[in-house]
Order: sequence, then structure tokens, then C-alpha cells
Amino acid sequence: MGMEKAHLTEEFFAPIATDPKGMESVARDPSIGWRASWRRLKKNRGAVISLAVLTVIILLAIFGPMMTPYDYAQADYEESFKTPSGDHWFGTDKFGRDQWARIWEGTRISLYIALLAAALDLVIGVMFGAISAVCGGKVDMVMQRIIDILVGIPHLIVVILLILFMKPGILTISVAMVITGWVNMARLVRSQIFKLKAEEFVLASRALGAGFFRTIFKHYIPNTAGLILINLMFTIPSAIFTEAFLSFIGLGLQEPLASLGVLINDGYHAMQSHYYLLFFPAVVIVALMICFNLLADGLRDAIDPKMKNK
Amino acid sequence: MKKYVLIRLFNIVVTLFIIATLTFFLMKQLPGSPFDEEKLSALPEDVRTAIYEQYGLNDPVWKQYIKYMENLVKGDLGKSFYYKDKPVAQIISERIGPSALLGIQAIVIGTAIGLILGIVAAFRHNSFWDYTTMILAVLGVSIPNFVFAALLQYFVGLKLGVLPIAYWESYKSTVLPTLALMFGVVSVVARFMRNEMLDVLNQDYMTTALAKGLSLRAIILNHALRNALIPVITVLGPVIVSLITGSLVIESIFSIPGIGSLFVESIKVNDYSMIMGVTLLFSTLFVFVVLIIDLLYGVIDPRIRIAGNKE
Repeated sequence: MGMEKAHLTEEFFAPIATDPKGMESVARDPSIGWRASWRRLKKNRGAVISLAVLTVIILLAIFGPMMTPYDYAQADYEESFKTPSGDHWFGTDKFGRDQWARIWEGTRISLYIALLAAALDLVIGVMFGAISAVCGGKVDMVMQRIIDILVGIPHLIVVILLILFMKPGILTISVAMVITGWVNMARLVRSQIFKLKAEEFVLASRALGAGFFRTIFKHYIPNTAGLILINLMFTIPSAIFTEAFLSFIGLGLQEPLASLGVLINDGYHAMQSHYYLLFFPAVVIVALMICFNLLADGLRDAIDPKMKNK
Repeated sequence: MKKYVLIRLFNIVVTLFIIATLTFFLMKQLPGSPFDEEKLSALPEDVRTAIYEQYGLNDPVWKQYIKYMENLVKGDLGKSFYYKDKPVAQIISERIGPSALLGIQAIVIGTAIGLILGIVAAFRHNSFWDYTTMILAVLGVSIPNFVFAALLQYFVGLKLGVLPIAYWESYKSTVLPTLALMFGVVSVVARFMRNEMLDVLNQDYMTTALAKGLSLRAIILNHALRNALIPVITVLGPVIVSLITGSLVIESIFSIPGIGSLFVESIKVNDYSMIMGVTLLFSTLFVFVVLIIDLLYGVIDPRIRIAGNKE
């Protein structure tokens, strides 16, 4: 035995895996899953129609105000309360402002708020949840207590109080929504990453030498992306609703700015004699809400077929 | 179980304390004061000081805060600035009736209709009823409640003229606001009930129950309903919260003398103590609703032990 051992010098031993990244690259191309989701989404009639209608609404929001010579804030008392005609396509309001221009201006605001809320939700919610889950231990415990308390506060009341404190406006509304709106996202991301932590493929990738950040970006985030996207899509209609709600009760955007909530409030007060002032903005907001909701439903079914019908 | 409830109650107290504190300091930042500034500045200096003194508005903010919290612990919500010194608690109790009636009506009738629609849709899967329910569900989630309320007023109140459009006069006045509040409840509950029911109907124990020759009624009540109800209860929390939100705008639209319109009014006139009182009322209601719903899970499904790890 001793004799044999003497023959085994160090040059017999060389590490096989010199390239831990290469070892770990057996992971399949993540875009395969996304392509399958896209195929499933295309089969969903409601989602496809919603996507088309949304494209039209977005185009109108961009180009609509340019299609008439009238400005959304320009008053003309000679022209007040005109019914829809070739000149003013959606009629004019009590100050003679062109309703067509005002509606698409308002749609711009709704879409802008939706985008901003979604972006902030993505940054704060995902970061909070990911940090909480990846760090674990005491950090996680403290962060979860913060969430426990935030969950206990009715969102709308926080939003209203904040709007009172800051100047009413687009940015205020977005910030106020984000202060409470990210909690759900943070919870979802955290629980998903916690589940992933116990998965074999995460263990395998770490055993194969993947570092801390590689695990996060190669495994945690791609495997949470579907969930994040789904939740994001549901944030959008609720952000649109919140802004319109606040503007309707007079705590959101103020005249002469036109948001859909402001327009519906104006139209509501004039509905007895000028129903079209209520009708058109109501149609636009309902169409927006239906399309975003159907698209979110469709995306959820497409990305996570297990969750179908939940 | 006991420990769980105690922890939850402790969390509730902390939450309410934080809400009270935040609201108090935010409110102090509100522009304007509860008084008519123009008339007030016409008064002599010492009278003005005396008025501020009477309401404790001369003290530093932290002193006002401690005083408010002391009173709050004793159950005293202070006096309204706007309603000629009436105690806040008294005004709230005067106005809670209509809100409670509307809220309870909307939640009870709405849930009942939602459950029935959901059950019918699931049993008649892919039928006319199923499609109607699903369309209703999408509309209910998508049409903002104030738009729906306005449409109800326009078509039912103005055009048909069968029901009162606004004000709080007879029982008939409650019909339209209840419908407006109820719409969201019906659609959310119907949708969840349908999907859960479809899940449950595919389970083996349903086949067993059918094979045993149980009546349809027994199958629905004893087997399907109980198993499908848990997820539906989880949505009732958010639904009740949305009712509170909805009441703000629905009560304003229908001119109902309730808590929701009181809240909107008091914000507009800077009635500090009233804003505090109503905010605390809403928050308390909210946290207890969530607690009760969490506790109900265990009652409906004994397999769930709440004290256990929830993810």
C-alpha cells in the first residue's frame, strides 16, 4: 500500500471543472417559457381584442389632441354646451372647451399615472420583497413587521391624507399610491423567492459554483418574473381607478387640467341636460379598465397555466 | 390559537396607534385652519388668542398630540370644529345609521346574489348563465363605482323615474345606492364562487356523493359549498374595504347623511378632530374585519390551523 501511494504525486490531480460558469450553463434558454406564454396569450380572444383596443386608445391619447385645432384648456364662452358636431366631435363643456381634446388629454394623464405607478411598484415592491427574502433572518423579520402594519392601514385613507398634505397633482397621486401600493408586490416576491430558496435547482446551481449574484439574476429573478408581470398588470387598472376616484371627489387633479375623473365629475353635474359630457369620458375609462383587466387575466393564464381560473 | 389572537390584537393596537399618530401630524400640515380666517383676522388680537386658547391651538404641536392621545385612550374623540362644538363621537353615532344600513344591505344581498350566480354558472358550465356571470364579473371589476352610480341615477332615476335619485327619505331611497355599492361585491363573489365551484365539482368526493345517490341539494350544501367557501371568504376582506371606499363617493353622489360623506366634507372644511375620528373609525373597522376573516378560515376549514406557518 505504501508503495502505491508514493506513485500518486500531485500532477495526477487536476480540478476538472475549471469553469464553474460553463458547468452551470446547462440551464435551458429561459426565453422558451416566454415564447410558450406568448403563444397561449395569442389564443385568448379577450386578451387579443383588449390589446388591439388598448393600442387604439393609446394612439388616440398621443395623437387625439393634435387632431382638432382646439386646445384642451382654451375656453370659449360663445361655444359653451355645444352638442357633438363636425366642428367639436364630442361637443363642448360649460366653458366651451373642446371635449374631444379634453378627453384624450385626460386619457394621457390616466395612462401616465398607470405607467408611473407600475414602474414605482416594480422598483420598490420587487426590491423590498427580494431583499427581505434573500437576506432572511432578522432583516426579514423587521421588514415583515413593517409590512404587517402597512397592510393594516386602509390604502385610500393614506392616499387621501397624503394628498391633503402635499399639493394635489399627478406626482402627488402617484407617490401616494406607491407608498401603500407596493406592499402586495413585496409580499408576493418574498414568498416566491422563499419557495425558490428550497428548490433543488437553486441548490444545484450553488453546488456547481454559481455565486450570490448569479443565483439572484439567473434563478430567483427569472423565476419570479411571471408573477411580477401578472401583479403589475393588475396594478395598472387600480391606479387608473384611484386617480379617477380622487379627481371625482375633488381631491385629485384640479381644473383646468383634464383627467378622466375630473371630466366625469363635470359631466355628472351636467348630465340632466348634456348627457354626452358624462357619456364619452365614462366610455373611455370603462374601456381602459376592461381592457387592462382582461389583458391581466389573459397574461396570468398564459404565464402560469396552473393559476388558470383562480 | 389564543396566542395567535393575542399577537394579532397587539399588532392591531400598534397599527391603530401609528395611524392615529400619522393622521394627527399630517392633519396639522393641512393648509388653512378650521376657522374662517377672514372673519377671524377682523377680531381683536386678544379675542383671537382666546379662541385659539379654547381649542388648544396655541400649544406646541407635540403638546396637542399628547393631549389628543390621552383623551383618545379615555375614548374621547374631541369636539368638532365645524359643527358648533358637538362631540365628534356624537356626530359619528348620528350619521353611522345610513352608512351601516347601506353597507350591510350591500354586503349581505351582494354576497347572496354572487354566491347563487357563481353556483349556477359552475353547474351550468359554458351555458348562457355562465357567460352572463363572467361578463358581469369583468364589468363589475372594471366599471368605476361612481360611473355606475351616475348611470343608475341617469337611467333609473331620471329616465324611468321609478326610484328616488338622491336624499335619505324613505326606504326606497336606499335602493339605488345599495345597488351601486353592491355591483362590485356581486361580481367579485360570483367570479370566485364559480371558479372554486368548478374546482370542487371535479373532485373525487363529488363523484362519490353523486354515486351514493345524494340529492342535488345535499351535494351543493354539504359538499360543494363548504369546500368552495374558503377562498370566497378570503375575498370578502378586500370587498368590505372597497365598500368603505365606495361609501365615500356613493354617499356624496346620492346625498346620504352617512359617514362616507361626512369624511369628504370634513376634509374640505379642515375639521381636524372629525377627520381624526372618522379615519380611526375606518381603520378600526378595517383591522377587525381582517382579523375576523382570518379567524373564520379555521371555522370553515378545520384543516387550516391559523397559528401554523402561513408561508
